Amino acid sequence: MSASSTAEAPFVPKTKVGSFTNFVDERVGGSGILREFGRKVFPDHWSFMFGEVALYSFVILLMSGTFLTFFFDPSMAETHYQGSYTPLYNVEMSVAYSSSLNISFDVRGGLFMRQVHHWAALLFVASLGVHMLRVFFTGAFRKPREMNWVVGGVLLILAMAAGFTGYSLPDDLLSGNGLRIIDGVIKSIPVIGTYTSFFLFGGEFPGTAIIGRLYVLHILLVPALILLMIVIHLFMVVVHKHTQYPGPGRNDGNVVGYPLGPVYAAKAGGFFFIVFGVLALMAAAFTINPIWNYGPYDPSPVSAGTQPDWYIGFVDGALRLMPGVINDFHFEWVIFGRTLTLNVLLPALVPAGIIFTVLFMYPWIERWITKDNREHHVLDRPRNAPTRTAIGVAGFTWYCVMWAAAGSDLIATHFHVSLNDVTYWLRTLFFIGPVIAFIVTKRIALALQRKDREIALHGRETGRIVRLPHGEFIEVHAPLDEYKRYKLVGFESPAPLPAEPNEHGVVTRKEKRRAALSKWFFEDRVAPATPAELEAAHAHGHHEAIAAGEDQKSLSH
Amino acid sequence: MKALSQKRRHPLAAIALLLMGLLLTGGLYAVATTVNQAKADTTSFSASDVEEGGKLFAANCATCHGMGASGTQDGPSLVGVGAAAVDFQVGTGRMPMQMSGPQAQKKPAQFNEEQTKQLSAYVASLGAGPAIPEEHLLDGKGDAANGGELFRVNCAMCHNAAAAGGALTRGKFAPALAGVSAEHIYEAMATGPQNMPVFNDSNITPEDKRDIITFLKTIEADGSPGGADLGSLGPVSEGLFVWVAGLGVIIAFTIWLTSRTS
Repeated sequence: MSASSTAEAPFVPKTKVGSFTNFVDERVGGSGILREFGRKVFPDHWSFMFGEVALYSFVILLMSGTFLTFFFDPSMAETHYQGSYTPLYNVEMSVAYSSSLNISFDVRGGLFMRQVHHWAALLFVASLGVHMLRVFFTGAFRKPREMNWVVGGVLLILAMAAGFTGYSLPDDLLSGNGLRIIDGVIKSIPVIGTYTSFFLFGGEFPGTAIIGRLYVLHILLVPALILLMIVIHLFMVVVHKHTQYPGPGRNDGNVVGYPLGPVYAAKAGGFFFIVFGVLALMAAAFTINPIWNYGPYDPSPVSAGTQPDWYIGFVDGALRLMPGVINDFHFEWVIFGRTLTLNVLLPALVPAGIIFTVLFMYPWIERWITKDNREHHVLDRPRNAPTRTAIGVAGFTWYCVMWAAAGSDLIATHFHVSLNDVTYWLRTLFFIGPVIAFIVTKRIALALQRKDREIALHGRETGRIVRLPHGEFIEVHAPLDEYKRYKLVGFESPAPLPAEPNEHGVVTRKEKRRAALSKWFFEDRVAPATPAELEAAHAHGHHEAIAAGEDQKSLSH
Repeated sequence: MKALSQKRRHPLAAIALLLMGLLLTGGLYAVATTVNQAKADTTSFSASDVEEGGKLFAANCATCHGMGASGTQDGPSLVGVGAAAVDFQVGTGRMPMQMSGPQAQKKPAQFNEEQTKQLSAYVASLGAGPAIPEEHLLDGKGDAANGGELFRVNCAMCHNAAAAGGALTRGKFAPALAGVSAEHIYEAMATGPQNMPVFNDSNITPEDKRDIITFLKTIEADGSPGGADLGSLGPVSEGLFVWVAGLGVIIAFTIWLTSRTS
């Protein structure tokens, strides 16, 4: 529209719309904000858009969730289902389950909205996870973004909490089984476990209070916290500005990309509708959480193939992998008349604890090892930080082993293997999988760096074989243009940082440990090609070109 | 007719003709086989059935189950398992067993209805056991809601709440129940094949079994109200789908959105 000026001189709008917007602008100063934000520059890369996918999924969750609250009744009072799904007609169930069934079968558009909500929830956490992986592997968590990384981690936990509380609401058999597992985990905590469980469920499991309580958490507390964290997260993105991939003209002092307005705003706005469209298509064509299949919750039956939604899967998998007894060693002890069940406590809390502790602390761990206190706005290509990439892949592999374990029964039935063998293999991989992943990833990263170096120095293989007058065959290498070469040589490859004495001239034990880790971190390195090396390589290529009688421009500059 | 003959040289005419032929033969075959199934139901065995069944048994089953079905090291005695057990095992192709393994696998039936009946007659003649169920128990007109409750309490822990099947220990499994005939479902409950427990008539009454069959047939006929069911496997297939298909499509869009510049 027309009114985009902050009136220094009296501004007289010419149109009706103009005078209206001017009226608003003079009171809230919107145009100044718009001008500021409109100039925010966002670099264009597909991997930068997962955070947006998460944000849009969250918006869709709020909208579809609001619709569902109109019809959902979180009561655990008993009723007899009178709706239109015949296989459950007149079955005794809770009002919560009955109203969920009514949303699915008797509210117009209800099933679609339920499915949009659930698919959006799965996509929300998935895109959050992928976004965090992108941030980790490109080193975007480095100064000044460490705190935003932590906010992101908190968002991941909140998203899982939102998902789990929502998963439990319909009070169907599947969600009740999930709650029972959570109840078991809580009860396995020494001393306070049973009290906590009774407090949470308002008495013995399942009680009559839990659905209402989870509902309040699910629609009020957790979304409010998520919203707060998103605001902090985005505020920090604005303060820090966006990171960018390395490239010519890009450095830690600038951001190269499109301004928010108008191109990027249009793209981002359109992308919201794309995400909405994909979710709507999925909801329209693919069933998610068919609660009518599971029946009302009853503590006695447990269905085969009972799993949590994917983001809780790794905890379920760890529980499945844990043996109750190894040879004669039992993991369940009775101490002073109280039971300590390590076979529940350890797998439920330890892997998740390790994953989130390392996740939250990693920026500081790496900063301590590298002593790198500079600001970084240009990202690392994953291969150019081989040890970090290897750590990330090792952690991800560990997660995936537990993840796979959550589906161990389905792996067994669908690949016609023994469930026991699946468990044994996954137990083995639980310990050696991350080690193998670390070694393999690091070697791959180093090999890719060597390949980059080779290409930077000698150019790309063209596949053209030329026979020289004296009979020798050579393959013609085409040199890279400067832009592509910059990508291959414009990175840092830090050398190990030896232990340094402190201000008293003492090399502390901690500093020695740091130096050892630094050595482990940077020992295997492929340095980028230096200008001198490039010069030498090109001179070599030049002679080759003349010797081959080729047009020298096609071979080298 | 003229319009039809004018189009006889249309490039698609051959394909249309082929399609019609296939549909016709396929349809006839389907009708013929269902007619066969309908006929095959009878629980009264004649003496000749027993005699023929004995011959078939000696030729095809005695290697493992022994002469007179008294059992060997390789197969259990079949005295007293009843006609229902034979009709289930042979009728679903589980017997004769294709190979040793954690449990007998379903495969195309090796004997026709007549032969299966004769084998059932022979084994039933060796000792009393569960008989082939009566037609009215298999009509699928019981109380689906009651059947559903019984199914969840008694069956879902192995067969999955949506009857999609599930894993047991050491390579054994509970199969998916879609497409299993009412007769075979009943017989399985009555005789407990492979690793399945026996649900006898005092455990689950014949009427309750009828309700369970009704429930299974109802959910099978209803299909999936919410769209493609992704195998009715619950959150694992849903998670796989969102990661592979959902996120995959989104990534394709992100690449498209950012492809103009780089």
